[in-house]
Amino acid sequence: MTVARRIAAPLRKIGSLLVSVGLTFLGLTCVTFVIGRVIPIDPVLAIVGDKASNETYERVRLQLGLDQPLLEQYWHYLVKVVHGEFGTSVMTAHPVLDDLLSVFPATLELATLSLVIGVVGGIPLGVYAAVNRGRWQDQLIRFMSLLGYSMPVFWLGLIGLLLFYAKLGWVAGPGRVDVGFDDMVPAVTGLMTIDSLLAGEDEVFWNVLSHLVLPSSILGYLSLAYVARMTRSFMLSQLKQEYILATLAKGLSPFRVVWIHALGNVWVQLVTVIALTFGSLLEGAVLTETVFAWPGLGLYLKNSLFAADLNAVLGGTVLVGVVYIVLNMLSDVVYTLVDPRARGQGT
Amino acid sequence: MTAAPQTWRAWLLHPAPASRRQAQLGGWFRAWLAFRRNSLAMTGLVIVALLVLIAIFAPVLADRNLAVQQVLEDRLQAASALHWFGTDELGRDILTRMIFGARITLVIVFLVSAIVVPIGLAIGLPAGYFGGWVDAVLMRITDIFLAFPRLVLALAFAAALGPGIENAVIAIALTAWPPYARLARAETMTRRNAEFIQAAKLLGASEFRILATQILPLCLPSVIIRLTLDMAGIILTAAGLGFLGLGAQPPAAEWGAMVSSGRQVLLDQWWVATLPGLAIFVTSLGFNLLGDGLRDVSDSRS
Repeated sequence: MTVARRIAAPLRKIGSLLVSVGLTFLGLTCVTFVIGRVIPIDPVLAIVGDKASNETYERVRLQLGLDQPLLEQYWHYLVKVVHGEFGTSVMTAHPVLDDLLSVFPATLELATLSLVIGVVGGIPLGVYAAVNRGRWQDQLIRFMSLLGYSMPVFWLGLIGLLLFYAKLGWVAGPGRVDVGFDDMVPAVTGLMTIDSLLAGEDEVFWNVLSHLVLPSSILGYLSLAYVARMTRSFMLSQLKQEYILATLAKGLSPFRVVWIHALGNVWVQLVTVIALTFGSLLEGAVLTETVFAWPGLGLYLKNSLFAADLNAVLGGTVLVGVVYIVLNMLSDVVYTLVDPRARGQGT
Repeated sequence: MTAAPQTWRAWLLHPAPASRRQAQLGGWFRAWLAFRRNSLAMTGLVIVALLVLIAIFAPVLADRNLAVQQVLEDRLQAASALHWFGTDELGRDILTRMIFGARITLVIVFLVSAIVVPIGLAIGLPAGYFGGWVDAVLMRITDIFLAFPRLVLALAFAAALGPGIENAVIAIALTAWPPYARLARAETMTRRNAEFIQAAKLLGASEFRILATQILPLCLPSVIIRLTLDMAGIILTAAGLGFLGLGAQPPAAEWGAMVSSGRQVLLDQWWVATLPGLAIFVTSLGFNLLGDGLRDVSDSRS
């Protein structure tokens, strides 16, 4: 195989990936466009109110470009979205993009910690269940993950607050940090754990952590349920294969065969699972952040929803959608890079 | 009829069925026997069956008036002989509201399924059967919808259409159909070149007739299993929308909305928020256990 061909195959793959990402993005903006411009009975009335004069009404209608054909309106919308212009939020009077960027780190911090808990706990549990297939350990882990699958996250959050905050007092309550510590550390990264460490404020750090531990454990448990279940099923299909027997026959320890050889082969599939988990954590933030009064993207979306702030809601939807699409794309790219079979032309 | 069960059993399990119906029923009976051995799956079946019965007989089990009647002097009472699960912030009986809430939950689940399965089949069957550009276009559309975040899109829809059960159902359905299209496509592809399809073609059956009468029935079992597994997710999303105030509107006794209204008094009257949440949890667990068991049975058969 020539070098040119070796490079060409992944490039073609990445090219077609980019096309599909582009199409998905068009689909996403198409839906938000329809929601924003077509569904509301009259977007002009929503702005000017029903007491406005005819001239005002007509002026705003022209300003919004509503006299143009739909396709043209969509094109203008698309150009704006690509430039990050989502309009102004009615609720905060800031550009929606600025708002989104200022609340996103809070969600990111929570989601990342939850993902770490889910992956660090879920993968070993899944492997352990697969190795003990059918035995009580497997049944127990399976039941635990079914419980996680069935748990309404907002209910679990309330029970957690009731038990660990109100009754036992082990953790801090709703919010990211106690009111007294507000604005004590300058926002560098927006992630308060890191910012407080950078500022050398140990006390703030521990307070932030105490606020973070309950919501991230709850979300972590739900991710763990999913990761463990998927790991188990990937591992089962690996353990069935002949190379496992061969490596065992060569005298490698079962521990090494399971945790190095078999697990090594499912990493690629797990990357996709982890990306999907991260996406669902960002999305589930709407519920968790409402319960924990966590000032992130989810709470922002929810509040703007009730303030009838359509610009903010649609901007947030596009942002979450884009993160979703990017995560999907990254997991595809990693898949292609790590797994030679996915490159199309294996040697 | 005293000896009937034995003979029925023998007839059903007969290794050489005499008719098509006997073979079909026998197959279902064997699946049932396999399913019955799985105690977790049976638990799920019992939970789901109970839920359906409670929803159907809600007016018999409880007094509808208690679910809406506001007796303010009785508000926020703890559990008692009169109010088994206590009362909420408006003096309404929580147990009664939970019983009637089962109806709302089942209606949502039913409506979503009734929208999602036909859409999935209508997209997946032609994609798998015709292949080529039909497949490419339909699956590209499916992929686009698959990449949408479900809850956030439902929020956006609710924001534009206004809150309410119907809009919650539409929003959930719009984001829930793609897996069914993929499933139907995969099932169709394994069968489109089968001999009985070619026989039907030779007999002059139209493409539509082949899809509707030959392929569709074979896709249904896996679609139903997938649907059972999805029920839990649908219930959780619907409850989440209710919790956010975007699903069923007050005074409807929707479980998610009940949890939300109990939040204000969580620390002092914990039962108001936690008991309806327990109902959501048990219901979705029931569907998960049932779906898991059904999948095991179908896996071991294939």
